[in-house]
Parts: sequence; C-alpha cells; structure tokens
Amino acid sequence: MGRWLRTRGRAVAPYGLGLGAVLVIPAVLGVIPGVAPGYVLYLVSLALIYAVVAIGLGILIGHTGQISLGHAGFFAIGAYTSALLTLRLGLPFVVAVLVAGSVSAAIGFLLGLPALRLSGPYLAVATLGFGLAIPQLVVWQGSWTGGSSGLHGLPLASLPLGAFTIVFRTDQDYYYLAAAVLIVLTIFARNVVTSHTGRAFVAIRDSEIAARAMGVDLVRYKTTAFALSALYAGIAGGLYAHLLHGISPEDFTVLLSVDFLTMIVLGGLGSVGGALSGALLLTFLQNALTRLPVVHDFKNLYIVVLGAILILTIAFLPHGLAGVMRSVRQRWAARVRDGAPRVDQIVELGEGSGVR
Amino acid sequence: MLSVTPDILTDLPWGQLLVNGLALGSLYALTAFGIVLIFKTTQVITFAQGETAMFSTFVAFTLLTAFQLPFAVAFVLTMLFAGLFGALIERVVLRRISTTTVLNPVIVTVGLSLILLGTAGWIWGYEIRTFPDPVVGPPFHLGTVVVSQLNALIFLVTLVLMTVLFAFFRFSPTGIAMRAVAENRVAAQLMGISIGRMNALGWGMGTAMGAVTGMLIAPINYLDPGMMGDVALKAFAAAVVGGLTSLPGAVLGGLLLGIIDSVAGFEVAELRNTIAFALIVLVLVVRPGGLLGRHETKKV
Repeated sequence: MGRWLRTRGRAVAPYGLGLGAVLVIPAVLGVIPGVAPGYVLYLVSLALIYAVVAIGLGILIGHTGQISLGHAGFFAIGAYTSALLTLRLGLPFVVAVLVAGSVSAAIGFLLGLPALRLSGPYLAVATLGFGLAIPQLVVWQGSWTGGSSGLHGLPLASLPLGAFTIVFRTDQDYYYLAAAVLIVLTIFARNVVTSHTGRAFVAIRDSEIAARAMGVDLVRYKTTAFALSALYAGIAGGLYAHLLHGISPEDFTVLLSVDFLTMIVLGGLGSVGGALSGALLLTFLQNALTRLPVVHDFKNLYIVVLGAILILTIAFLPHGLAGVMRSVRQRWAARVRDGAPRVDQIVELGEGSGVR
Repeated sequence: MLSVTPDILTDLPWGQLLVNGLALGSLYALTAFGIVLIFKTTQVITFAQGETAMFSTFVAFTLLTAFQLPFAVAFVLTMLFAGLFGALIERVVLRRISTTTVLNPVIVTVGLSLILLGTAGWIWGYEIRTFPDPVVGPPFHLGTVVVSQLNALIFLVTLVLMTVLFAFFRFSPTGIAMRAVAENRVAAQLMGISIGRMNALGWGMGTAMGAVTGMLIAPINYLDPGMMGDVALKAFAAAVVGGLTSLPGAVLGGLLLGIIDSVAGFEVAELRNTIAFALIVLVLVVRPGGLLGRHETKKV
C-alpha cells in the first residue's frame, strides 16, 4: 500500500478526495433513508432539489460570469408549468417535469438575448426585475394560475417503467427520486463544464473580448448558459411542486433568489461540487436556525446570517468551500509527493530551494 | 375597437396622475440619484440603497416619536446619520472587498441589504406603522388638480436638494474632485485627490439621498422593514433607464418612472413591478447606456 501510494499516489492524490466523494456520497445517500425520520428525509429532498438549482445557477454565474438575481423566477416557472400540466391537463408527472424544464429553458434563452447587451450590474438589475415580475404575473393571471392562494392537491409523482409504474408516495420514495435526478444532473453539469462548451463559458467569464478574438460565439454561448441554467431551475421547480403537493406565489420571493446565490457563493463559484455542498449546507442551516430554542424571531436571524455569509465568504474565502477543499487537497497531494520527488517537482522547486 | 381607446384616454384624470406621478417620481429620482452617485464615484452599484434608506427612516421615526423632535430637525439629523452610515459602510465593508470581478460588489451589497433588513426587523418588528405626517393642512388646488401639502413638500425638497447638489458639483472644490474621480481615478489620484475619501463621501451622500426618499415616502405608504423593496426596484429602473453614468439621467429616469407608475397604478396596479422590469429591458436593449448615459466600450 505504502509503495503503491509512493509510486501511484502522486497521480491519484489530486483526485483522491473527488474519488472519495464519488464513493462516499452515494453510500451516505443510500444509508440516510434507513436511519432518518420522515421529516429529515423531506428536508434532505428539499436540499437536493435546491442543489439542482444551485448547480444550474453555478454554471451561469460561476462559469460564465453572468449574474442572476432572479433565479426564483425560473424555479417558479418550472413549478407552475409542471403543476398546471398535471392538475389541469392530467399529464403524467415525468412529462410535466420535462416540459417544465423546457419551458423554463426557453424563457432563459429569451432572457439571455437582452443579457447579451448587458453586463455586470445592469444584468443584476434586469434579472432582479425578472424575479420580481414572475410572481406578479402569476397573481395577475389568477384565473388559471390560482392567483395568490396558489395551486394545491397535486397528484403523486409517478414514473412509468415499461409494464409497471413506480408511484412516489412516501418521503423516502421522493428522496430517491430527488437524489436520482440530482446525480444525473450533476454528472451532466460536470461533463458540460469540462467540455468545449464549458471552456467557452469560462473564456467569456474571464474576458469577453479575448473569448471573441478566439472565435467563441458570444450569442450562442451566453444564451446557452442562460437556457441551461434555467433548465436546471425549471426541472427543480417541477420536483419542488410535487414534493410539496402545492405551490403559491409566496414560495418564490426575491429572498429565494438570494438563497440560491448564497448557496453557490458559499460553495465556491465555478465549482459544481461547491454548488452542491453550498445548497445542502444552507438548507440545513436554515432548518437548524428555526429549531434554536432561544430564537423566537427566526426570519430576522436567518436573513442576517445569510447576509453575513455572503459578505464574509467574499471577504475571506473568495473561492468558497470548494477553494478550502482544493487547498486541503493540494496540501495532501504535496505530502504524498514528499516521499518521492519527481522530475517536474525538481524543476518547480528550482535551484535555490534544493531538492529534498 | 377604435372608439375604445379614446374613451380610456379621456377618462383618465391625466392632470392629477401627472402631478402624483411627478411627486412619486421625485422620490424615485432622489434614490436613483444616490445609486448613480455611488456608482460614479466608487464603481460599485449598490443593492443596499433601499435598505439603508429604510434603516434611516426608522431612525427618523424614533427621533420623531420617542424624542418628539420637530420634523425639520429630525429630517436633518437623519440625513447626517445616513451620511455617516454610508461612509462607515464604505470604510468598514466595501474598502476591504476586492473589486476585480463585477460580482463581488453585487454580492456584498446584497449581503449588506439582508443584514440591514434582518436587523431592522429585529429592532422594530414587522408591524406596519404610520409615519407622522411632516405637514398638515388643506391641499392646494390648481384648476381641477389637487396638490397635497406633502406632495408640495416633496417638490420643494427635491428642488432644493437638486439645486444644492448641482452647485456642489459645479462650483465647490470637493464636488469637482468627486467628478474628477468619476472621470479618471488614476489621473485624479495623481492630482492629489484622496480616492478613499471621495469614495466614503460618495457613499455618504448617496445614502443620505436615499434617506430623504424614505422619510418622504413613509408618510404616503407605511413604515415597515419591507417598505423600500419596491421603491428601490423603481429607483434602479430609473437609474438604469436614465443611464447609470448620468446624474441628470437618474432624475429624468425617476420622473419618467413615477409618471408611468402613477398611470399604470391606476390601470393595472398588480403589474407595476412587471412594467418597471419590462421598461428596464426595453431601454437597455435599445440603448445599453441608458437615455443620457454613455455606453462604455472596453479597451483591450
């Protein structure tokens, strides 16, 4: 083992934590339903759904550098599309959620078009307005959206598989559904950000002019980033509507958009794993704060904590939790390397520092 | 079909809507002016403008009710408080934040607004309060149009503040120094202007402008921690529509937004924010720099 670490360790080490996560997370995910009570499972499902939004938002903000303060709007579009399709048209859950994602993506694409001409703060203001406008439009069109009282009594989520159909009845069933969707979408996001498209996104973030000079089609990739991130929020919205069996415009406030932003800032911008961990952490934190016996005024405390997380993360951990993990990983990798110096390390160290 | 439109148009009390809209618009203009002032001097667009204004308005409320001060005294003291508060925020928070990416200031000011919102909710609670009326008395009549004493005060305060600020930026050495910083930071620094001091001053003045809006809109609407949410969005829309880099643009945008808001509020009250959003997008697509702003082209 020791020899294997010395010879192969340097190649494996940087991926060690990632590999560990790949092995450990599914194991933990599998164990939770056995030990956790229903309420915790519900909470975890909610966290997993938020994580889907956070990953999508991370692609937009972290990778492409296009800010959105209105992602609750896309989340609402997904939730309402899927709720209306199942309630009013009786469409199957799977179809409704897929359509919800597509509708949201289409609107994301459309919002991406004016975003082509907006940068930084302008875009932040425009998307903030978008997030505020969606719940207003829902209330305005109350005759078919249910208005401010919302939509209730959504049918159970179900998945037809050939001859038989899985119906998601309990919190546990729903947890598996949310986990499965999250895993698929996480893998998809990781593939996208490491692909040609993902590199184009990063190029746009770092310098639009340089990206254009390198032949990156700004129109295509910016709208793609918006559509992709709206797709994630839309699918998550569809899942959310069915997890709660009902929705109302009050579920989709600006504060929710800020929640999503905080998740990815805390997790680390530009990291899929960061978005995931930020979403899980923040959802649990929110819940933990409501349970503090000394606090009667949970809402204010949560808002202040949220604000403090945003400011302190930007001030002290600009790369978020993912940045902390990265530096731990590098330190660990360096320690493994110490046993067996290699040629490039010698070159790296240079003459003055001497070879250990 | 053709006969419908003129009916609606003539049925609207245009004169009244215009006066109400201009009064509301003056308040949007003051907050928008603050946003643009902070943006021009510090290159940070603040998302905390609404919440600093709300916080200051609560301070004014405390001065008026707990200390029983006359309105004019409370007004001036609150402006001073807001000025110091804004400068403090710049010194303590924003100066420490790296502005290498546009995202950082946005995220940090959003965080600030949350902290202020939660703190105000914690201190003063969420019950809706009525803010004492600064002026009482019979309204003025201009033909069929009624101008309330409060609206008259709003026009007066806006006019006075705008004149003072115009003179300040035009004639006083400090005002000229602030414009120099907005124009070219490096050159201004080489001329011996302290960028840090100008940043703090910009934040202080911008925050004080927001506080004025808060104190004058609270008697119209109500007083609670969420009072500035919609107002700040309108002010943003105003600042962006007028051009984030133009102070007169902010005023123009504010007045425009106020009139649209007043007419839209009469017809489709539920959609006021949606209309503000649509307007932002429309103006930005047609003129990315806003009505009076400069569209900055980046040099490589």
